[in-house]
Amino acid sequence: MDALDVTGLVVLGFVAGTAGGLLGVGGGVVFVPALVVFAHLSQLEAVATSLVAIVLVALVGAARQRQYGNVRLRDGIAIGLLAPLGVVAGVVLANALPDRALELSFAAVQLAFAWQLAGNAGLR
Amino acid sequence: MRLAVIATAAGAFSGLFGIGGGTIIVPLLVLWMGYGHREATGTSLAAIAVIGALAAAAHSAYGNVDLAKGLLVAAPAVGGVLAGTAIQQRISERTVAAAFVVLLIASAAVLVF
Repeated sequence: MDALDVTGLVVLGFVAGTAGGLLGVGGGVVFVPALVVFAHLSQLEAVATSLVAIVLVALVGAARQRQYGNVRLRDGIAIGLLAPLGVVAGVVLANALPDRALELSFAAVQLAFAWQLAGNAGLR
Repeated sequence: MRLAVIATAAGAFSGLFGIGGGTIIVPLLVLWMGYGHREATGTSLAAIAVIGALAAAAHSAYGNVDLAKGLLVAAPAVGGVLAGTAIQQRISERTVAAAFVVLLIASAAVLVF
C-alpha cells in the first residue's frame, strides 16, 4: 500500500462512517470495495475485514444515539440476535436461485421501501 | 413477532449479498413498528453491532480478517459516525427520511447495473 492507497482508505472510511451515522447503516457497501481497491484484499478478505469497521461504527454510533435518546436497545439486540436465522435462509436461497434474479428482487424491495418511506414522510 | 420477521429479513439479505441489513431494518422499523427515523437509525445501529460481531467472529475463525487494514479504515469511519450522528440531530426527521430514500434508490441502482 502506498500513500494514495492509505488516503483512499481514510477518505472512504470517513464517508462510510458519516453515512452510517446519518442513515443507520453499517457502511459495508463502501468498506468492501474500498478494501478491495486500496488495501488489495480479495473479495472474501474484504467482506471479513469490513466487519471490523462495521462493528466499530455500529457500536460507537449506537452509543451516541443512545445518549441522544434514539435507541430502543431491547428491540435492537433482539433483531441482532435473531438475524443469524435469516442468514442461513439467505445462504440457502443464494445457492438455489440465479444471482441476477436475487439482485433484481432485492433492488425491487429497496425501491418499494423507498416509495413507501417517501409517502410516509410526506415527500410524494 | 414483527421483530423476528425484521431480523430474519435483514439476516437473509446479509447472507445473500454480504452486506449488512441496515437498508432492510430501518424501513421496516419505520413502516411496521411506527418508529421515527432517528429512532429507527439508532436502533438499526445497535442491531448491526450485534450482527456484525457475530459475523466477524465467524469470519475470523477462517483467518480472513486483516485486523491492521480493518483498523486503518475503521479509525476514520468512527470519526465519520460521530459526525453523522451529530448532523442527524440538527436536521429534520423528514430530511433524514429523504436521505434514506436516496440511499435506497442508489443501492437498488447499483444492484441492477
